[in-house]
Amino acid sequence: MQQQTPRKNYTLELILAWSFVGIPLAWGVIQTCINAAKLFSK
Amino acid sequence: MSFLARERTIAPPGYNRWLIPPAALCVHLCIGQAYAFSVFNLPMTKLIGIAKSAPTDWKLTELGWIFSLAIFFLGVSAAVFGRWVEEGGPRRAMFAAALCWSGGFFVAALGVYVHNIWIIYLGYGVLGGIGLGVGYISPVSTLIKWFPDRPGMATGMAIMGFGGGAFIASPLSVWLMHRFTTPTHIGVPETFLCLGAIYLCFMMVGAAIVRIPAPGWKPEGYVAPAQPKRLITTRDVYVYQALRTPQFWLIWWVLCLNVTAGIGVLGQASAMSQEMFPGRITAVAASGFVGLMSLFNMAGRFVWASTSDFIGRRNTYFVFFVLGFILYCTVPYTGKAGSVAGFVACFLVIISMYGGGFATVPAYLKDIFGTRYVGAIHGLLLTAWSAAGIFGPVIVNYMRQYQIDHNVPKAQAYNLTMYVMASLLVIGFFCNFFVKAVNERHYMKDDAKDTYGATA
Repeated sequence: MQQQTPRKNYTLELILAWSFVGIPLAWGVIQTCINAAKLFSK
Repeated sequence: MSFLARERTIAPPGYNRWLIPPAALCVHLCIGQAYAFSVFNLPMTKLIGIAKSAPTDWKLTELGWIFSLAIFFLGVSAAVFGRWVEEGGPRRAMFAAALCWSGGFFVAALGVYVHNIWIIYLGYGVLGGIGLGVGYISPVSTLIKWFPDRPGMATGMAIMGFGGGAFIASPLSVWLMHRFTTPTHIGVPETFLCLGAIYLCFMMVGAAIVRIPAPGWKPEGYVAPAQPKRLITTRDVYVYQALRTPQFWLIWWVLCLNVTAGIGVLGQASAMSQEMFPGRITAVAASGFVGLMSLFNMAGRFVWASTSDFIGRRNTYFVFFVLGFILYCTVPYTGKAGSVAGFVACFLVIISMYGGGFATVPAYLKDIFGTRYVGAIHGLLLTAWSAAGIFGPVIVNYMRQYQIDHNVPKAQAYNLTMYVMASLLVIGFFCNFFVKAVNERHYMKDDAKDTYGATA
């Protein structure tokens, strides 16, 4: 029978890992949206 | 280097599987830079002349080979190293991809510094291209093992990162070049060095946090269907045995035709929009249109791949081919009616399905060939991308020129191309239609192992 081990809480790791990839991606998307807005400007 | 060994990457009990997509994104966001390489083209034609090109400066035709070589070696390395990636585990593969990809930048920086194009071909083209191929397939099977309940969504997230990598790389490269450029020097080599260092760190973080599930692991509350679906196998086909099945080649054509239809218009979107709506879509507005298309390309990867978890992989491709056919046939009418909104809407949906085609195919392969060698089989399938990269632009460019040579007005020069693209999608529809379950004799015999767990 598998021994029960206390479950580690991964909340901090999740926040750090997703921020690590999410912040640069969000910055890139915003830059692209600014560029895309030119399609609608006169 | 035991840290890289597959056994060292087995997750402890209770490990949170949502840490795996960021690990995959660390790699895909970096290698997605390849789509933004064109920002270096013009500055690299003026490295000696600075203000304008000198006779000894490189020509755009010479520089174009850098990207082409990188994409060629992406396909070759994904096909050649697929089995090594699968059996060595994701950390070893990501580590190798990081060294090759960043090493490619460092070697290319040397090539720019000594002004030798062959060193750049070797650096970014060959070494970087190998990093691209190994990096692209490295997280695929790991994600599928962690998300047996949502494989489309999981691989869609990673492959979305490849589409999004250019969003980061393009403005970052422009900013870095601006910082390092002086009146007597263009800061391309320094930018390459910075990008290489940034990507090395980023990809190493991905390699450090990636884990494979322990043997027998299943998501909490997940129960594998008692009655397997007809097109979703619970068994495995060996990587090279997959090549002997008609299913592999049918899916190869499905991907190739879907990508051909999208890649041709992606490369010509700016010129096409301006020529179809002269005076109404300016060069500035066209660049905005291209930006919008790249956003839909990225979003489509996640949305369509996630949708495929609910409607099935084959049905998702049926949607691509039927909807794509209707939209390609509609485009000439939007030009005729002068509807910019209709034209833009058609192409945004088309390009979302182009991205969706890339992102849905790993899960399609998993359904047909099983989980064990899906990364390696995916690597072999990427040769379809290389082929489409040639077919798509050639069809669009040559057909446009043929029409113009036959006195067709520029505004209507793309109409025939749209109908050709639509007919390619009809062929794709039938290829997809003929995809059935793999014949019994192709499955591996040692099926006693657990499909979802780690394998030694």
